Amino acid sequence: MNKFTVLDGLVAPLDRANVDTDAIIPKQFLKSIKRTGFGPNLFDEWRYLDHGEPGRDNSRRPLNPDFVLNQPRYQGAQILLTRENFGCGSSREHAPWAIDGYGFRAIIAVSFADIFSNNCSKNGLLPIVLDAISVEGLFQAVLANPGYHLKIDLMQQQVLTPDGKVFKFEVDAFRKNCLLNGLDDIGLTLQHVNEIKVFEQARKAQQPWLFT
Amino acid sequence: MNAQTLYDKLWSSHLVRAEVDGTALIYIDRHLVHEVTSPQAFEGLRLAGRRPWRIGSMLAVADHNVPTKGRAGGIDDPISRLQVDTLDSNCDELGIEEFKMSDVRQGIVHVIGPEQGATLPGMTVVCGDSHTSTHGAFAALAFGIGTSEVEHVMATQCLLMKKARAMQIKVEGKLGRGVTAKDLVLAIIGQIGTAGGTGYAIEFAGSTIRSLSMEGRMTICNMAIEAGARAGMIAVDDITINYLKGRPFAPKGALWEQAVQYWRTLQSDAGAQFGKIVEIDAATIKPQVTWGTSPEMVVAVDGKVPDPQRERDLVKRGSMELALKYMGLQPDTNIADIKIDKVFIGSCTNARIEDLRAAAHVVQGKHIAGNVKLAMVVPGSGLVKKQAEQEGLNKIFIDAGFEWREPGCSMCLAMNDDRLAAGERCASTSNRNFEGRQGQGGRTHLVSPEMAAAAAIAGHFVDVSKV
Repeated sequence: MNKFTVLDGLVAPLDRANVDTDAIIPKQFLKSIKRTGFGPNLFDEWRYLDHGEPGRDNSRRPLNPDFVLNQPRYQGAQILLTRENFGCGSSREHAPWAIDGYGFRAIIAVSFADIFSNNCSKNGLLPIVLDAISVEGLFQAVLANPGYHLKIDLMQQQVLTPDGKVFKFEVDAFRKNCLLNGLDDIGLTLQHVNEIKVFEQARKAQQPWLFT
Repeated sequence: MNAQTLYDKLWSSHLVRAEVDGTALIYIDRHLVHEVTSPQAFEGLRLAGRRPWRIGSMLAVADHNVPTKGRAGGIDDPISRLQVDTLDSNCDELGIEEFKMSDVRQGIVHVIGPEQGATLPGMTVVCGDSHTSTHGAFAALAFGIGTSEVEHVMATQCLLMKKARAMQIKVEGKLGRGVTAKDLVLAIIGQIGTAGGTGYAIEFAGSTIRSLSMEGRMTICNMAIEAGARAGMIAVDDITINYLKGRPFAPKGALWEQAVQYWRTLQSDAGAQFGKIVEIDAATIKPQVTWGTSPEMVVAVDGKVPDPQRERDLVKRGSMELALKYMGLQPDTNIADIKIDKVFIGSCTNARIEDLRAAAHVVQGKHIAGNVKLAMVVPGSGLVKKQAEQEGLNKIFIDAGFEWREPGCSMCLAMNDDRLAAGERCASTSNRNFEGRQGQGGRTHLVSPEMAAAAAIAGHFVDVSKV
């Protein structure tokens, strides 16, 4: 997994609540058996004016000029700013794969759906929860200032604005350590193989019907 | 010992170890696998030179991509076909039990698990699919996971997670005529919102829940995720145990007796503490219809499409305006005046035998309206289909103008050929009315099977309790 330490990135605002994973990456792209290549189809139905299908050359498709990520000022954005309940719906990990593939490294929102938030952190993508008032302030700052950047410091658990404001955010200590060091969950869990085996044997003795 | 919630009991009985910050290693009893979210996990396992920890915990089926007609010719779409073939070859190579497309037991993963008795009380059940919450109806701790977690479970038989808070949704009283488990869960989502259950595991309790069949309970737990909760659950009672007895994967003989004795303990203790309690009066609930692009955008069938101008929260108002634009609806339109183009009866929410019986009862001896271009019934599994055919339900549907299809996820998410065209409006028994969910530009209204059936006959929404 990619490490996440400090990021100084351009912010793109997606001013909608309840953005679901069907909107983030529509179902037809889930037919892929690979983990990569989803970036060009991030927000496909909002981003393009035509219907997308896997295998098409996306560079030749007509862009929707009204969609925020198509505006020149947000090209190269690495931080996505959005509202409540981002990533609700389907558990598809293709959603964080698409967000990561597009070039985002962090998402700031009022809240995230549980499975989506979990999937992000398995892919080196940092979901940051800030309160609704702070998020509203950031929306206004982004809209008012072309080229608006934020600095995210995971070690300090801080978002820093260009004018010196600091927003603290929460992150689980375990998750933070994994992100800072780019640690692989499976490798970490396999350090506890013996404990898992002992647990499994006890379970088999108590509830043998689960192991027939 | 302190009084425990059902969730506490399920959590602590699977706890292998915990880190200082509360991150825990939880043992997984049952891993259900389907074609869409597993190929990258199998590949990751192979690249790391690992093998699945416990093959016997796994059960696989292709459901999302499979065609619902003309199956004899295989899958036309080469990309879908490759994904299903990849599941078949992964399962064959590793010796994982899989119900292939030609197997009568094939169906939607959340229908076949319980149907086979592969879902049992007290289990942890995971699947790379958010509607895994369905299995919580059996007092299992069941939740959807991403593909990285699918690989993690394959490799370690465990998951890393933090304990959620417990919420109790207590429903008391009798549901009115024509009011179903689907209406109840839609009304709950309308009340608490699609993020109302975020960070919680929800236990559904109360006399109304206890009176529901297992099919109804599965419909409720299925949509816990639409309320934001990764897991929904219901305590064990006689209805749970009677449903499971004799199922192929359920224990037999002395093991059955031993299991039942344990399962009976799977309920919240008197005095157990919940982080949040929501109380609902069943008698106040009417048949529900969603009007927008989020399951929380729902009203009773005798209601009207709301007016965003009356919403004071600006973010919410913005969402409502976007939803009405997408749905092609005007504020204050009577729900009963909304005409539909298509009807879909199916999905892991509502494609079990009881759902099909209820819908068939409504359409019997009638015919779909002239403006309904397509009405389809997609049974949840091959066994549900077979049972329905033995009862003659297929004939009732076909005589009424419905198409009778092969089992799969179908137009719930439109990954196969079953989908809405842009602008088409559908009465659907599925679980999500998101933009584009049933096809780009398609407009979904979530309803119960009875309501979908009644809408098919009338050509617009009608109050099934008055039909």
